[in-house]
Amino acid sequence: MEIGCAMHLTQPWGPALTALIEIEHLTKRLGGFTAVDDVTFSVARGEVVGFLGPNGAGKSTTMRMLAGFMPPSAGTARICGADVAEEPVRAKRSLGFLPEGAPTYPEMTVAAFLGFTARIRGYHGAERTRRVARAMERTQLEGVRLQPIETLSKGFKRRVGLAQALLHEPPVLVLDEPTDGLDPNQKHEVRALIRDLAPDRAIIISTHILEEVGAVCTRAIIIARGRVVVDAPPSVLEQTGRSLEEVFRALTTERPA
Amino acid sequence: MIAVARRELAGYFATPVAYVFIVIFLVMSGVLTFTLGNFFARGQADLNPFFSFVPWLFLFLVPALTMRLWAEERRLGTIELLLTLPMPQWHAVVGKFLAAWAFCAIALALTFPLWLTINWLGEPDNGVVLAGYVGCLFVAGAYLALGAAISALTKNQVVAFVLAVAGCFIFAAAGSPVVTAFLTTNLPVLADVARALSVTDRFSGFTRGVVSARDVVFFASFIAFWLFVNNVVLDHRKAD
Repeated sequence: MEIGCAMHLTQPWGPALTALIEIEHLTKRLGGFTAVDDVTFSVARGEVVGFLGPNGAGKSTTMRMLAGFMPPSAGTARICGADVAEEPVRAKRSLGFLPEGAPTYPEMTVAAFLGFTARIRGYHGAERTRRVARAMERTQLEGVRLQPIETLSKGFKRRVGLAQALLHEPPVLVLDEPTDGLDPNQKHEVRALIRDLAPDRAIIISTHILEEVGAVCTRAIIIARGRVVVDAPPSVLEQTGRSLEEVFRALTTERPA
Repeated sequence: MIAVARRELAGYFATPVAYVFIVIFLVMSGVLTFTLGNFFARGQADLNPFFSFVPWLFLFLVPALTMRLWAEERRLGTIELLLTLPMPQWHAVVGKFLAAWAFCAIALALTFPLWLTINWLGEPDNGVVLAGYVGCLFVAGAYLALGAAISALTKNQVVAFVLAVAGCFIFAAAGSPVVTAFLTTNLPVLADVARALSVTDRFSGFTRGVVSARDVVFFASFIAFWLFVNNVVLDHRKAD
């Protein structure tokens, strides 16, 4: 099945759309502090980008701007060619987003929560039932479908967030710490799921677990103090003879002058 | 928009909020109507004693509904999820408002025993009663829109509640004789403005059975204005 971008009347498919995520000079200033500073990169179909950096480096802020939640102070972000600030609804149709901490409505059951997001995404009747069932199957949630989300363990909650992001088979996935707080088995399952989704999508995952980058990513972007300091495949980073961890520490630790 | 409203309304009934609200509203409105309102002693088959208390009851109860509208989304982080779903932001704003409004309509509808009582005891003008109920709904809508906009400002529910009560009080008291008298002597320019913006003043027309276009337009624009403010506030303060 082709995972297509949301329809657009004037420019359906063009060469410009080979990169599904395009970020150009993206900047976010919060008060006097520059959280994201002139970040530029793009992600093509089939790529899984590992977005790395110390806490507070600007990973979540970049992802929030890309998801259309926060307006950028400068620069642009496009999903499937749709500018997230100019055409937010079209950009969001092509995006599956897992916010940091996988927030969900605690009093809803898993099925009701997924049904709610499906309804907003415009699915009705049998189509909605099918989409919700498929998303639960992919994230192994069928066993808890009628349980209120607040009664679930952390791993299940995270999978509910993932199911919501996958429901509409989006060509672009932005997952903020998808494996945070999961046990090793659950991490393994989520990574397997991401690898399974990867071939016909553009995916960004943020993490500070470095082994994850080697396990699922085709490319690593390291961000420190709001700036991109490395953008290379994990294999290239390791070819320098050092482990990914050494590279990460060398690039993101502030050396005394 | 309807999806947001449905989820929100179901959310009220999934927590004790709905039941506490409805029980307190029914008990308080009943007690006030029969004691302070002299429901029986007046010897008239109408609901005016009840209607006269509704704006003051809503003054405290409606902010209790609106305080969680956005503050809760911020606290849980679900605001990030809700506002990255593919719909214009105002759909979320209006959807939440409609849910809270529908909830107030349910609470008002549950006061039907009062209506049955007056129909059993006498022959009320049911047109006037209906107009009164419509007026109550408008008052609830006005408070809700104001409270929702305030809720968008903060993630602290207590702050949202207190500010919403204060805000609603200003618009409820603006038409009271005390305020009018004070403004007429000290600031005559503002006296007419205050009366024109008074929710209770507009409401009193409805309780007399008069549904005037001017009052309906007032409530509709009051609600629209605060929903617009709500949307603007969200634009500027999403993350914190």
